[in-house]
Amino acid sequence: MSLDQEVEILRQIPLFANIDTAKLKLMCFASQRLTFKPGEALCRQGEPGDAAFVIVEGEAEVTVDTGGGPVKVAVLTRNDIVGEIAILCDVPRTATVTAGSELVTLKVTKDLFFQLITDFPEMGVEVMRVLAHRLEQTTAQLLEARAAAGT
Amino acid sequence: MEPNLFKYIWRYSRRDQLGILLLVLLSMPFYFISLDLPKSIVNKGIQGEGFEGPASTQPLMRFELPYGEALTGGPVVLFDGFDLQQSGLLLALSFAFLGFVLVNGIFKFVINTLKGRLGERMLRRLRYALSDRILRFPASYSRRIKQAEVATMIKDEVEPLGGFIGDSFVTPAFLGGQAITAMVFIMIQSVWLGLVAAAIVLVQAFLIPKLRKRILQLGKERQLTARQLAGRVAELVEGAVEIHAHDTSNLERADISTRLGRIFDIRFEIFQRKFFVKFLNNFLAQLTPFVFYSVGGLLAISGRLDIGALVAVIAAYKDLPAPIKELIDWDQQRLDVQIKYDQVIEQFQPPEILDPAKQDIAADPGPPLDGDLVCKTVTLLDDSNTKLVDSVSFKTPVTAHLAIVGNSSSGKDHLGLLLANLTRPTSGSISVGGRDINNLPQAVTGRRVSYVGPDAYLFPTSVLENLIYGLKHRPLRDADHDAAGQKLRARYVAECRRSGNPTFDTAADWVDYAAAGAADMDSLQAHIVQTLALVDMEEDVYQFGLTGSIDPQQRPAVAEGILKARAALIERLAKEGARDLVVWFEPEQYNPNATLAENLLFGTPTKPAFKDEALAENPIILKFLREEGVSDNLLKMGETIARTMVELFADLPSGHPFFEQFGFIEEDELPDFRALLGRVDKTGIEALSPGDQLKLRRLPFKYVEGRHRLGLIDEDQAARIVSARQRIAKLLEESDPGAVEFYRPDSYNAAASLQDNILFGRLAYGRARAEEIVGRMMTEVLESLDLRQTVLAVGLDYQVGVAGRRLTGIQRQKLAVARALLKQPDLLIVNEAVAAMDSASQQRIQERVLEARRGRGVIWTLHRPAAAAHFERVLVMRSGRIVEQGTFKELNGPGSALGELVAAG
Repeated sequence: MSLDQEVEILRQIPLFANIDTAKLKLMCFASQRLTFKPGEALCRQGEPGDAAFVIVEGEAEVTVDTGGGPVKVAVLTRNDIVGEIAILCDVPRTATVTAGSELVTLKVTKDLFFQLITDFPEMGVEVMRVLAHRLEQTTAQLLEARAAAGT
Repeated sequence: MEPNLFKYIWRYSRRDQLGILLLVLLSMPFYFISLDLPKSIVNKGIQGEGFEGPASTQPLMRFELPYGEALTGGPVVLFDGFDLQQSGLLLALSFAFLGFVLVNGIFKFVINTLKGRLGERMLRRLRYALSDRILRFPASYSRRIKQAEVATMIKDEVEPLGGFIGDSFVTPAFLGGQAITAMVFIMIQSVWLGLVAAAIVLVQAFLIPKLRKRILQLGKERQLTARQLAGRVAELVEGAVEIHAHDTSNLERADISTRLGRIFDIRFEIFQRKFFVKFLNNFLAQLTPFVFYSVGGLLAISGRLDIGALVAVIAAYKDLPAPIKELIDWDQQRLDVQIKYDQVIEQFQPPEILDPAKQDIAADPGPPLDGDLVCKTVTLLDDSNTKLVDSVSFKTPVTAHLAIVGNSSSGKDHLGLLLANLTRPTSGSISVGGRDINNLPQAVTGRRVSYVGPDAYLFPTSVLENLIYGLKHRPLRDADHDAAGQKLRARYVAECRRSGNPTFDTAADWVDYAAAGAADMDSLQAHIVQTLALVDMEEDVYQFGLTGSIDPQQRPAVAEGILKARAALIERLAKEGARDLVVWFEPEQYNPNATLAENLLFGTPTKPAFKDEALAENPIILKFLREEGVSDNLLKMGETIARTMVELFADLPSGHPFFEQFGFIEEDELPDFRALLGRVDKTGIEALSPGDQLKLRRLPFKYVEGRHRLGLIDEDQAARIVSARQRIAKLLEESDPGAVEFYRPDSYNAAASLQDNILFGRLAYGRARAEEIVGRMMTEVLESLDLRQTVLAVGLDYQVGVAGRRLTGIQRQKLAVARALLKQPDLLIVNEAVAAMDSASQQRIQERVLEARRGRGVIWTLHRPAAAAHFERVLVMRSGRIVEQGTFKELNGPGSALGELVAAG
């Protein structure tokens, strides 16, 4: 897959949708394309994080270790981004992500990610939007869970 | 050393000097005959003097007995000679002239060669003597002198001596003889005129040296200032970090400029004075003819001197100035070299120099050290009479493990040096088993005792050579010289003897395997690996081995093993389903994970002209690419890369890290390329200047399809490059064999590292954890094929660089400790030698070393006092004195000096 194709894929990800082509191209050029085999882990819960992954092709499963064993919490597909929390606030990985199929990702390292956000503030705003959206979802889930526990 | 240069030269070269003098005397008659011959040729041969007619003859080579007429009343003819006509005589005389020219030439050649050889021998002797003295300097003195200055002395300052030595006796003898002959001749003609000439020569002889006094003084200064300059220049190199870190380069510039100014002044004054002396000399030389013409002329007019005699005197005087002048020059040179000699040897007279007997090559290490190590009121003063070590007395069995602790001003490091006999105590004594270590030869102290200091020096050779350095005390087994080698060696030895140099063979095997508990190199290597493991350095050396390379011709077994590992790795990766982690070099396929240059050459370049970008300028490759019609493609690729880079990096602020990380193009080149692309848009790529084209053509060679992903190498392009490979290989084998080591699946690539040879491909870009997984499998494969020792052996050949700078500080310390351990000394002295390591490593290494040295002596000056707990005895020092001694348990407690140190960390 060439650089131009990668740029096309990135463009479809909401996080990068509003960024102009030249900058996306730079990001693609600067980031590493990593392929995982089914079952291989992108990151493991509790480990320090140094990169986020944009899923270009394939599926990934997000599992969280609880006292009673791993619980699958989400399945990520093309255009999803994962692992950005660990690099944003320097906490250990909050979940384990494993490839569910042959998985192609774009690995955005911590340095590159911050570099891009500093250089292109519009990207920062986009990251905020995505995170806020997730927070809203999580809150909703929490309320739901409380309601369920209450009954 | 002999303070007088002439006595030194005479002592070591009088036989040769006399021989040369004899040869010079022997050559004189021939020289004079050849001077006389032209007169005969002109007078007899050409002008026909003595020939009455065309048919008349004259004898050639007619010999009469000298004084024959006086003895017998008639000429006594020894040989009638050949009667020759004028033209025959001319030819005969001319050929005789030619013959004499030849004979004179040969004499000159032989004499000069002999003089040169004599000079070189003496120079060799002198340089050796100076180096020998350096080796006998006490270690404390060596630390105080500037290496660069000493090196210039041995290298440059004594060099002119070599040229002078050959002339030192012959020239004055010869020129003096000439001058005296001329003088005597003048005296015979006219005593008075002779006295005048003699008086003027005497004035010269008296005046000139007076004038020269200042020149000599200046000469001394010139030498000193030049030597100091050399020292300063060395400091500029050694202190580079400090100069940059403190922005003091301009201070250094000012200092150098000041020094050069001083040197200029000195040299200029020397020139002024030298040329004035020359002027005066010439004037005095011409004063004599003036006296002859005026006074002699007046005498002749008044009839008190015969005109014939005057003419003869003037003619004889012609021969006087030249030798006198040369004598004066010689004298100048003599003074010059004497100064140089004085100045040099002065620097090689330290206050105490080791007795040569202490370093005698035949000395024996004697029996193992035993009994007690006894220090009796040992005191060491520094230059300013400060007590570094103050009346230290203690006694400990040689085999004990002793820790010395104290803060940095406690003097423990000085005590370490004293115990290793590397510094002499100012007073007091140190003895082992009743023998004063000061009187022991180095054969004992250097073999029975090992010392590692905080800044141990590593020699710029391999890891192995540095490790076995401590085992090379004398040649133990002769080298295997073949017949020719033996002849050369015999010549070398004879020449060594003539120059007073030692004749030990560096090619012999000097390694004392037995001292390391080994029988030969192979078993020694096992010991070395063990020792390296002891100091935590085995893994480092293993890595050196993997990244090192070998010559498969010299080590075919290693190459074979590596090829086996190559096959095994492929198999292993395939078995684990990880085959796609490595993209192998396939002769028939383009490797997208390698650079275009690598794909084109399909090998490792051994010459810089074949490396990456340089290919764009390499005439062989250029011609080939043009013929293949790939040249334009490359240009287009270059254009695409340049466009992408300009586009990508256009908006980046300057100094952005991406430029360095990802750029094909340096940041400061970017505007250049932008302008260049503008020209392409305007006039087309073909119209670019050759320089611009080159800039573009350079870019694609570093391009890696898998990494950069610009889609430049499509199938068609890949096929072209692959098909070009074989033709390039053929072309290179014809035009520049050996420039590139080609990748061949079943042969070893001498230019690549072991690791690259095993992998025989590139790690696939974009495969998660490829490096980690492949690295692990490679280690396992090597392990299973029993190749670990082989890789370690290659790692031992790793070159450590000047002063070991290719190693980290910690590796240097580890290596130094390993070197000291390897010779299995009776007593190991570790003087703050692991201070660069973190405390966990220090502790680990210390525990292992103490364990390995159980029953054999260790004295360790510790960085961390708490570590003293592992030693049998502890000495606690403060301000040069021992304040406590005993076991750690006894001493460690509140209120004790040791307790305080331990508490302070």
